[in-house]
Amino acid sequence: MIANRERPGEPVRHVASKEELLEFYRQMLLIRRFEEKAGQLYGLGLIGGFCHLYIGQEAVAVGIQSALEVGKDSVITGYRDHGHMLAYGIDPKLIMAELTGRVAGISRGKGGSMHMFSVEHGFYGGHGIVGAQVSLGTGLAFAHKYKGDGGINVAYFGDGAANQGQVSESMNMAELWKLPIIFVIENNQYAMGTSVNRSSSEDQLFRRGESFRVPGIQVDGMDVLAVRGATNTAVEWVRAGKGPVLLELKTYRYRGHSMSDPAKYRSRDEVQAVREKSDPIEAAKRELDALGVGEDELKALDKEIRKIVAEAADFAEESPEPELSDLHTDVLVGQY
Amino acid sequence: MSDTRTMNMIQAINSAIDVCMGRDPDIIVTGEDVGYFGGVFKATEGLQRKYGKTRVFDTPITECGIIGVAVGMAAYGLRPVPEIQFADYIYPALDQIVSEAARLRYRSAGEFTAPITVRSPFGGGIFGGQTHSQSPEGIFTHVAGLKTVIPSTPYDAKGLLISAIEDNDPVIFFEPKRIYNGPFDGHYDRPVTPWAKHPASAVPEGHYRIPLGKASVVRAGEAVTILAYGTMVHVAAGVIADTGVDAELIDLRTLVPLDIETIVASVEKTGRCIVVHEATKTSGFGAELSALVQEHCFHSLEAPVQRVTGWDTPYPHSLEWAYFPGPVRLGEAIKRVMEE
Repeated sequence: MIANRERPGEPVRHVASKEELLEFYRQMLLIRRFEEKAGQLYGLGLIGGFCHLYIGQEAVAVGIQSALEVGKDSVITGYRDHGHMLAYGIDPKLIMAELTGRVAGISRGKGGSMHMFSVEHGFYGGHGIVGAQVSLGTGLAFAHKYKGDGGINVAYFGDGAANQGQVSESMNMAELWKLPIIFVIENNQYAMGTSVNRSSSEDQLFRRGESFRVPGIQVDGMDVLAVRGATNTAVEWVRAGKGPVLLELKTYRYRGHSMSDPAKYRSRDEVQAVREKSDPIEAAKRELDALGVGEDELKALDKEIRKIVAEAADFAEESPEPELSDLHTDVLVGQY
Repeated sequence: MSDTRTMNMIQAINSAIDVCMGRDPDIIVTGEDVGYFGGVFKATEGLQRKYGKTRVFDTPITECGIIGVAVGMAAYGLRPVPEIQFADYIYPALDQIVSEAARLRYRSAGEFTAPITVRSPFGGGIFGGQTHSQSPEGIFTHVAGLKTVIPSTPYDAKGLLISAIEDNDPVIFFEPKRIYNGPFDGHYDRPVTPWAKHPASAVPEGHYRIPLGKASVVRAGEAVTILAYGTMVHVAAGVIADTGVDAELIDLRTLVPLDIETIVASVEKTGRCIVVHEATKTSGFGAELSALVQEHCFHSLEAPVQRVTGWDTPYPHSLEWAYFPGPVRLGEAIKRVMEE
């Protein structure tokens, strides 16, 4: 029966020009350096509470965001959101200042690491409740269609969130109403300490939508060009009004679930093996090398990125805390 | 009487579940990361190794499913102890808790019951922002058919949790996560005190119960009655010690059923009452307490009942301590109520 249905074509790995790949590399490196710095600031006590780093997963956000149109499309994700915002071109200073809870932060210190937003960039958060953003993304997609603005929504969630009931409910509605949405499962293999095959009866998560007739595509999430290629396919399908697509990006987080997780549920060897064999940034570096980009150029780029990140950290440290009166604003439209 | 050991609240909770599981093979522990990982706060650590994967197991991330399945287990005679990893995640399960767990006994005229104990860390003070800090107890005390329990010490946590697990009705057991590792007087700039220095960290290794519906008079006093639970018990104790006010501090321990006798006896003696909780003010459990004190003790009251609570805002990120009803706000309320 599935064979009778039209499906998106087999994705083709994106062929990037030197400049394009260099830009992907730059963005991935920015995310990594930013997150390393966030980890340091957390260690120094400048960032409190919860902080979930994106290190290892950079190719997902960068590859997907590169296929979207900022200002037209919308994006929503879970609590591991810093990398997505950086890939969307949001100022690192504003993100870091939100992490340190300062008034200059992108959510004026009210949200923190997990709860950040930017209307300007069509970035709808930053959500701390696992899986809840997927229904919201479905609503955003409905609004795109209703307004006829040509935009699509990308709703990111993790392998853990994939098991939430409302994720299934959302996929059903999205297909039923042919909504312009790409569901993206960032499968980093662990829902905190629980691996996919200990929590999911069907661990090939790209199949999750098939019973709702949402076509699923599994993608190497450690290869930025494979990610971009699959996103091209998905975007084409979704923009053509054919309904949602589900992308499962196989990826890996190098750090713990959050800063307070020592990640004892997996071996050091496992992490090391991924780092050595599949690192998205190192892979891009090798391809750049083949395209004739020299070590010197990459070193200069790294230096430039370190400077951006250092400035973001300084900004985040020096900005003032919110005023006490800010506690009571933005609860409702007016004061009550 | 069994030997006692120094425990923090996590260890006491772990011990309570362990003791119950050892006595009753129908007790099942489920939830996100509770098995292999041992729980996000390590409250269930070692239980899977000890009791096996059919009795202590990880669920997918599906709060509604976790509670729904637990209600089914319970209706068929098991005693599930599901964990909701943070109280802020409990809302998807609200349907199952309110419409199924709480109501099964009534609508089956007692034929079916749901003796589940939903454990969940709650409250702020750890910079969790709006999705890892909430105190939703008032939502559950509002639901007929549920019991709501909140311990404030390791000793109480164990005794109350055993009572909850052995109780024949559904119990919401909120654990104040800020005081898992030590009592907290609200002075966030001071070093954390470990439980080991607190007498209530001496916890019997074996089985004992603290009855649901029995408050604890933490400190006897004549001047004013302070009603508190969870973390706020320690904040209030700190303020009493700092100001020297002769307050009677009552730790409610269970909100439903409520120990109204202890409250009334105290307020009739002191004539003044302050209600303290971390949750937002409007329609919070403090409103219920305030109404009950007014109904029962109207003629004894020398001053209006005061509420010291979180503000009516979502839980903030950076302004956490401005939200938290700490020593300053409680001190001001004591002054106000004493001046009347």
